[in-house]
Amino acid sequence: MSAQQKVEKKKTQKEQTEEVTKQFNEFVESIKKSTGLPIVPDMKSGAAQWIDQRELTLKYVISVDKIRKFFDGLIDGKLYATKCKQCGTLYFPPQVDCPKCRKSDMEWIELSNEGELLTYTIINVKPNSFSHYDDYTVGIARLKEGINITAWVRETDPKKLRVGMKVKVIVTKREPEGYLTYELEPLTS
Amino acid sequence: MGRNVAIIGVGHSKFGIRTDVNVAELAWESTKQAMENAGVDQKDIDYYVTSNVGAWSSEPLPAVVVGEYSDLVPKGTVRVEAACASGSAALKLGHDMIASGEANIALVVGVEKMNESPTPTVVEFIGRAGNYFWEFENFGLTFPGYYALYATAYMSKYGATEEDLCQVAVKNHYYGARNPKAQFQKEITVEECMRSRYIAWPLKLLDCSPITDGSAAIILASEEIAKKVTDTPVWIKAIGYANDTANLSRRDNFLSLRAAVEAAKMAYKKAGIDETDLVKNFDVAEVHDCFTIAELLAYEDLGFVKKGEAVKLIREKQTYIGGIIPVNLSGGLKAKGHPIAATGVSMAVELTKQLRQEVERERQAPIKKGMAIAHNVGGTGHYAYVTIFSLDKPRR
Repeated sequence: MSAQQKVEKKKTQKEQTEEVTKQFNEFVESIKKSTGLPIVPDMKSGAAQWIDQRELTLKYVISVDKIRKFFDGLIDGKLYATKCKQCGTLYFPPQVDCPKCRKSDMEWIELSNEGELLTYTIINVKPNSFSHYDDYTVGIARLKEGINITAWVRETDPKKLRVGMKVKVIVTKREPEGYLTYELEPLTS
Repeated sequence: MGRNVAIIGVGHSKFGIRTDVNVAELAWESTKQAMENAGVDQKDIDYYVTSNVGAWSSEPLPAVVVGEYSDLVPKGTVRVEAACASGSAALKLGHDMIASGEANIALVVGVEKMNESPTPTVVEFIGRAGNYFWEFENFGLTFPGYYALYATAYMSKYGATEEDLCQVAVKNHYYGARNPKAQFQKEITVEECMRSRYIAWPLKLLDCSPITDGSAAIILASEEIAKKVTDTPVWIKAIGYANDTANLSRRDNFLSLRAAVEAAKMAYKKAGIDETDLVKNFDVAEVHDCFTIAELLAYEDLGFVKKGEAVKLIREKQTYIGGIIPVNLSGGLKAKGHPIAATGVSMAVELTKQLRQEVERERQAPIKKGMAIAHNVGGTGHYAYVTIFSLDKPRR
């Protein structure tokens, strides 16, 4: 790795995006100042582009009231699923209504945390809101109880991962946001 | 169901980064062509369906804006969303309007202008299209990521390699290079594909369809009208559809898209197609190759080959012209581009032109059976539509 590459590597995807956005916005402002219009030529085609002067920030408020127990479980380091008392169907992610028998009579079952990796990928190009993380691995594992779980896998070298390998679910804190979530840890056999 | 429905006109914009037009202007490009191709104008159209996913583009009610610009007031319309299968869902609605007798002529226009937002925002929007809370909020999956989960499982089970996946891209760029409407008109090699950077391991940049602006339109008509206005109506023989869970973890396996399998089964049953030696029925297919792995899954999910044998098809070049079934002669989503809600309509346009033998000579399939098939998947296999087109009028 050359010295220049090393310097580049220090910049996260987020920093790179922010830098490009900042430069572009400055360019738009200068054009607007001189012409009185937020219209700039497209970098490649030269076609006139109106740069939106309004901005929309989205952040949703999602009810977790009925599955509050699941999150309380994370505080205790436990992973819960729901089970329909009538038909026995196990639900993960947990849900409080059983559409099969139209009953909402569930019990909370603590899961074993032991599973087997079904598949995985490493996210290199990240969504904007994940761009402050290093590349991360997402996997799906089948737990002993027969339900599947999607989570980050604590290994980013694809050579050290394989379909069928044993994994353990670990409750952990997601930083830098600092909230509780769960991850899959590969077990070396 | 009800009356026979035919495609009597098609239109297709240039796909790519279309900084020269806004959403309404882009929709008009293909709408105008389709009306001229059918020899109808706005007064003849009873209803129009607008396929658009949006969010990355500025108009929240695109159907209305398209209608205003294209002089389609007060025909009646709706915006259809079935993720990347929106175009086929829109075709289904247009079809049903005519089959039911509600309309005699309908326009279906698919339009998407994804480049109105910067790429990281588009990656974010599409990533959110799984199960938002359990997949995105906590684990930041991306669209290439979802399909990569399928690729890893498939490669592990059947021994397919990254090079095999790249062969799909090579084929689709080969035909894209011969399609003037395609976003990428350049051939690529397996080596170039293998050298491209990882987007979501094991998928690389050249395994992925691009972010695209584009529109496509078709005019549908009842049998009575179709007979009057054209000598080569292309009939909608059957439409199969199905859906699957939002959350990937609630699927049984990652070796097949269940929705596509079910949709294909329904379409074959409706069309009365014998499922033994299926490929013999079709001259050409357009399949949903948003990622190279998706095309391999399509070969199997449509029943062209048995499970695990898709790799053999691509290795032996059996899905090129001259093979057992030519696939994605338009360049597919991979090279033609993937303006999400225009894609399904674009497949219908391509197959109509293939059946009428109107495409560029180098990518024209020999038409012997007069039947073609489109496989259009929405989301991560959330929605699937399989549509069978035919030069022979379906028997009722």
